Amino acid sequence: MDVEILSRIQFAFTVAFHYIYPPLSIGVGLILVIMEGMYLKTGLKVYEHMTRFWIKIFALIFGIGVATGIVMEFEFGTNWATYSKYVGDVFGSALAAEGIFAFALESGFLGILLFGWNRVKPKVHFIATLGVWLGSMFSAIWIVVANSWQQTPAGFHIVGDGMEARAEITDFWAMVFNPSSVDRLLHVWIGAFLAGAFLVMSVHAYYILKKRHVELSERAFKIALTVAAIFSVLQLATGHMSADGVAENQPPKLAAFEGHYNSEQPADMYLFGWVDNENQKVYGPKIPGGLSYLVHWDFEEPVKGLNDFPAEDRPSAVNAVFQFYHVMVTLGLFFIAISLFGVFKWWRGKLFTHRWLLWVFVIAVILPQLANQFGWFAAEMGRQPWVVWGLLRTSDALSAVVTANQVIFSLIMFSFIYLLLFILFLYLLDRKIKAGPYHDELDDNRPLQEGMVEMVESKE
Amino acid sequence: MKESLYTLTILGMDYPTLWFLVVGGLFSGYAILDGFDLGAGAWHLFFKKDKNRRIALNAVGPVWDGNEVWLVIGGGALFAGFPVVYASMFSAMYIPFMLFLAFLIFRAVSIEFRGKEQMKWWRNLWDVSYSISSAMLAILLGVVMGNVLQGIGIGPGYEFTGHWLEFINPYSVMVGITTLALFMMHGAIYLVMKTEGKLYERLRGLLRSSIIFFIVSYIMVTMYTLIFIPHLSDRFRSSPELFIVPMLAFLSIANIPRLATKGKYLQAFIFSSISVSFLLILVAIELYPVLVISTIDPAYNITIYNAASSEKALGIMLTITAIGGPLVLIYTWFVYKTFWGKVKLDETSY
Repeated sequence: MDVEILSRIQFAFTVAFHYIYPPLSIGVGLILVIMEGMYLKTGLKVYEHMTRFWIKIFALIFGIGVATGIVMEFEFGTNWATYSKYVGDVFGSALAAEGIFAFALESGFLGILLFGWNRVKPKVHFIATLGVWLGSMFSAIWIVVANSWQQTPAGFHIVGDGMEARAEITDFWAMVFNPSSVDRLLHVWIGAFLAGAFLVMSVHAYYILKKRHVELSERAFKIALTVAAIFSVLQLATGHMSADGVAENQPPKLAAFEGHYNSEQPADMYLFGWVDNENQKVYGPKIPGGLSYLVHWDFEEPVKGLNDFPAEDRPSAVNAVFQFYHVMVTLGLFFIAISLFGVFKWWRGKLFTHRWLLWVFVIAVILPQLANQFGWFAAEMGRQPWVVWGLLRTSDALSAVVTANQVIFSLIMFSFIYLLLFILFLYLLDRKIKAGPYHDELDDNRPLQEGMVEMVESKE
Repeated sequence: MKESLYTLTILGMDYPTLWFLVVGGLFSGYAILDGFDLGAGAWHLFFKKDKNRRIALNAVGPVWDGNEVWLVIGGGALFAGFPVVYASMFSAMYIPFMLFLAFLIFRAVSIEFRGKEQMKWWRNLWDVSYSISSAMLAILLGVVMGNVLQGIGIGPGYEFTGHWLEFINPYSVMVGITTLALFMMHGAIYLVMKTEGKLYERLRGLLRSSIIFFIVSYIMVTMYTLIFIPHLSDRFRSSPELFIVPMLAFLSIANIPRLATKGKYLQAFIFSSISVSFLLILVAIELYPVLVISTIDPAYNITIYNAASSEKALGIMLTITAIGGPLVLIYTWFVYKTFWGKVKLDETSY
């Protein structure tokens, strides 16, 4: 295999593995803010226990997120040196802002969030929780801005020719608010909220099924279900906004999403299917003209197809892009259905009476993870053969001096380390869940115990 | 001269020079902060009892992650301000940087996983992993620094032309060991401040050894540099007034054992932090305006001018730094204040 495909596999593998964790940090972070806010507001012990339980799980998730995150920053330089030179001038400001405004904020307050419960006043701790959560939200802003700039470049000009060419920034705000960044950021944030909410629902549904920590779990489940219901519906809107943007700015990518080849025809929308790229055919149940309707609000109007673009300027893995996109959309619709059904049962007072429904929530934890991963696969594979849309090809972005053997070495190294990490993560997560929320006996001898007792009593 | 193309700003400095100072400041901050926790990690296996290891681990527990962020920001600042050097260095040193990442990951997860089980073999396993990766990270940072000082085989197009095994050479290994010694001394002072009782007594002994270890290796590196790498002292020969910097560095280092024997550990820690910065200031003076020396031809040297991003980009990033920097300092200060004093284990500890 050549350096290009190896480097692509390595980047995809390391970034996909990393992306299990930050969305969970953002999502669980949001729910922690709500839980701790409820604790401050009501002074009820049950919220304290719930908060402290999720802080422990948050710590595990966050730790692996940090450890695996720095890898991509290094890979820009090690594997994608030409890309780094090309985008450094533009990308730099986003990365600098991410480091200073986001990482420093979250890592700074993380110490207090994890270890400060007995050392600072409850309100200060709440501020730390909020700080860590906001930090994780900010880091999503800057990294999505940078990625969106690669999809829809704006606010720059090209200086130099050939291998010396690079993009230089001309307008910071045009770069930040490039045509796709807002839609994609909202989509990413909400994807993260759903990942967090489904994890919280899964764990507490499991407790309810096992008749452990039932009161606490019912309250926690309802918090997470509320988050899931609101955001799964909103996700449909941001998804549609994103797709509209793709239709306008990256038509070959949209065409690949639906396996649409010929521009003269209205574009169909498939519920699911299989793309035969060679014969340019898609097999599967479809809504004729469905894509045309979504793009133009008209079932008859043609949409640009893949054949409109030269073969070297459009994605070649059409079936993969099609599949990833369709699985993501289907999962998104499932999240809406299951959360609204849950809310309906809650309204009828029967949320926790159906064991099958609780089991569905236990298992569903994996689904937002798949939706997040597949969404990115569709977005990034649909962008090929470009690493910066229309400007820099992936095949031109490599490091000139790195050899295939070096990449094979690092790829094997990362596979080994990440496999180990993932097994340990699941093992420890399982342990923490089995151990369950915090117990009262551990409450003694807290330095700030008096302050907490006072605060709790003043509420009664 | 290419320099004249650049607008001058405060103190007559151009944008690339200002950004050079920012990157240097970030790397100093990283070396001071992660330096003590890497050093503390390197000592880890010297403590035998589980409780002592826990105390040592929890001394860095709430802060190591924030410290490491300085590396992320420093790397980002280098990428943003000098993309050419970032691209050339990282692709040239592919294998060393990949190993660096592996140790970074192992170290982070060792801290996280160690306390999660009671089994002795489990804790020993992560203790060994934590300590070795801490030491290796310090050494690798030194090896990279040694190669930067000595110069690497940068050819046309600012691309590396040599083999990666060249990075392991007598000088880079010496700088690597010196860095480890520096961090171990720095970490020992930090641990002395954070411990009490028998562990405190033991650490005072270890601190003495580490000061000797550092001073011996530092003198050796300095001698080697003066004899075999004359280009690094050119600037001091041409502007003798700069000799004040190595003098101050020397005084600051000499102050550490003096304060440590008097038991003024906080001051000793401040001086070891100052010494770390002075050593990096020395490096900066020796190199400026070059970032990576080419051993093939000085025409291929990567300088802050031929590697820099546009003035527009540097201006934006300087604005971001001016707004964000003070915020970072405020909450860093707040975190250290919260966890000030001797380590007390509680149920939230590692």
